[in-house]
Amino acid sequence: MPEVLKAPLVVEFPFTRSLGPVQSAFLTGLRERVVLGVHTGDGRTLVPPVEYDPVTAEEIRDLVEIAPTGTVTTWAWNHAPRRGQPLDTPFAWALVRLDGADTALLHALDAPGPEAVHTGMRVRVRWAEQRTGAITDIACFEPYDGEDAQPTGHTGEFEDPVTGIVAHARLDYSYSPGRAQSAYIRALSDRRTVGERCPSCRKVYVPPRGACPTCGIATGEQVEVGPRGTVTTFCIVNIKAKNLDIEVPYVYAHIALDGAGLALHGRIGGIPYDQVRMGLRVEPVWTEDSRYPDHYRPTGEPDADYDTYKELL
Amino acid sequence: MTRDIAVVAFAQTDHRRTSDELSEVEMLMPVLHEVLDRTGLKTADIGFTCSGSSDYLAGRAFSFTLALDGVGAWPPISESHVEMDGAWALYEAWTKLLTGEADTALVYAYGKSSPGSVRDVLTRQLDPYYVAPLWPDSVALAALQAQALIDAGETDEPALAAVAARSRAAAEDNPHAQLRGPVPHGEYVVRPLRTGDCPPIGDGAAAVILAAGERARELCARPAWIRGIDHRIEAHGLGVRDLTDSPSTRLAAERAGAFERPVDTAELHAPFTAQEVVLRKALRFDDTVSVNPSGGALAAHPIMAAGLIRIGEAAARIHRGESDRALAHATSGPCLQQNLVAVLEGDPR
Ligand SMILES: [Zn+2]
Repeated sequence: MPEVLKAPLVVEFPFTRSLGPVQSAFLTGLRERVVLGVHTGDGRTLVPPVEYDPVTAEEIRDLVEIAPTGTVTTWAWNHAPRRGQPLDTPFAWALVRLDGADTALLHALDAPGPEAVHTGMRVRVRWAEQRTGAITDIACFEPYDGEDAQPTGHTGEFEDPVTGIVAHARLDYSYSPGRAQSAYIRALSDRRTVGERCPSCRKVYVPPRGACPTCGIATGEQVEVGPRGTVTTFCIVNIKAKNLDIEVPYVYAHIALDGAGLALHGRIGGIPYDQVRMGLRVEPVWTEDSRYPDHYRPTGEPDADYDTYKELL
Repeated sequence: MTRDIAVVAFAQTDHRRTSDELSEVEMLMPVLHEVLDRTGLKTADIGFTCSGSSDYLAGRAFSFTLALDGVGAWPPISESHVEMDGAWALYEAWTKLLTGEADTALVYAYGKSSPGSVRDVLTRQLDPYYVAPLWPDSVALAALQAQALIDAGETDEPALAAVAARSRAAAEDNPHAQLRGPVPHGEYVVRPLRTGDCPPIGDGAAAVILAAGERARELCARPAWIRGIDHRIEAHGLGVRDLTDSPSTRLAAERAGAFERPVDTAELHAPFTAQEVVLRKALRFDDTVSVNPSGGALAAHPIMAAGLIRIGEAAARIHRGESDRALAHATSGPCLQQNLVAVLEGDPR
């Protein structure tokens, strides 16, 4: 078996999220070093606060200030912090029930080692220096053996409340395309296009994905197709895509390579955009160091007869 | 309930740490063929198809649509997908069969965890406002639950090691398992959980076929009749819940009829050792129940398929005559947030 192809794949997204009234008050409060909870109908106080009672689903809006000191209800020692976590030195994850609350908040607890942490220990909030209205405005918790802190009687009303957060996320993958697509990519490096034939319906799939979607069985027989092909259908692109260095308008087409059982897509060049037509015979144009055809250009042959490609539309 | 519905066939891959040489559909297809072969059905005979998977594992959008190539989705079939474990896909298929709109269903699920970092990927299912920005990984959250149990006096580290040892010893008889036999309890990953307390990370797939009434008897010598299924969820806020208990599992089990008569076998989806302690308590098991004879999720944990595999393993034991009444459980979310319970029975002997 040839060496498996692999490449890094990074998925990054900045989710912009709007906040409801209770979340807005809570996160704005953190920015102002105030911790807020919310009262439920049955007299409990939830911290962090939510907008609907997790038991009754009743809407809850009754904010109350809570002390920044509390008690660890459970914990776990994280000796190897990971990217994005609150501290980059070993720390404890902890659920902390703040004084006056009936539920616990998850955050990091900065402690010298697991021996210094136990359920029931007293902790207090350590505020981040830069605060924006996010859960990370709490830098972490830290051990605390002083007096219980007292709330200041804040109403939960703020000037300039935070109404949204941007939640950045990045995940790193190592992508491998599997057997069929690897063979396709390898062939492209020799400037050849290979598909795979279905043993049942005999259709040739290009690019091959390893299965015939009609028959639901594995394809395995490799078939070289092209290099020439026929335009089966096309569209004219008039809007320039971001980071794409192609002048508009240009033509994007479905191209049935000779011998292929379905069309793949590519850009048509070497001909004015308004002269591209169904049936146009084309061939790939490779640029130096390219890993796939840059575009397809007319071969100069007569157009293909409609009957030869109508099944591939 | 107006129709009896049974699991009539089950197949799964050998679960492995990586399957780089296979695309998702290439990994899945042999399992689909195996489960069809067992019943003699062809793709065209299947009334409804439902799958479970997650794009976040492989980092590719709409990956389930490519996997559909493996079921022969042209001409168009009646098909659905859940972005969850395949156990929930099976629940959807079961309800579809209950309506009478189909007599057979193919349910499959797959997960390729190897391309990414599962601990990081699973943080993306957490509350995006208060929790996900802190990136607490899946082992860390399970470790909080384990410590809560230890503090409550319900387990300790040696007891957790024993859960792992029993599971992996049971997996000696499971040719598909990824981890089997003596496995070191290992170093702490996030204390109090050690490597041995955590599931292996791996790739795999599973499929089952459901059939209704007489159709089930035609397709399987001893169908595993689904006597009930229910699934329940708990508050997303970890600090709202009692992590030492699983009231959602208990309620789902009650609604699925699990407590009407004792079960002889249980396949529990407990990816972490401490979670088996929680589930045994929630389900009020005594020592007469054989728990995870397959080795369970500690022996093989293809995410999104591991819950469906619990139903499949329980059904397969009924097919083979090794069980008469089995409970299967699937979970999703941090610290057993969502739980599904199915009760399966064979015909009286
Ligand atoms: Zn075919």
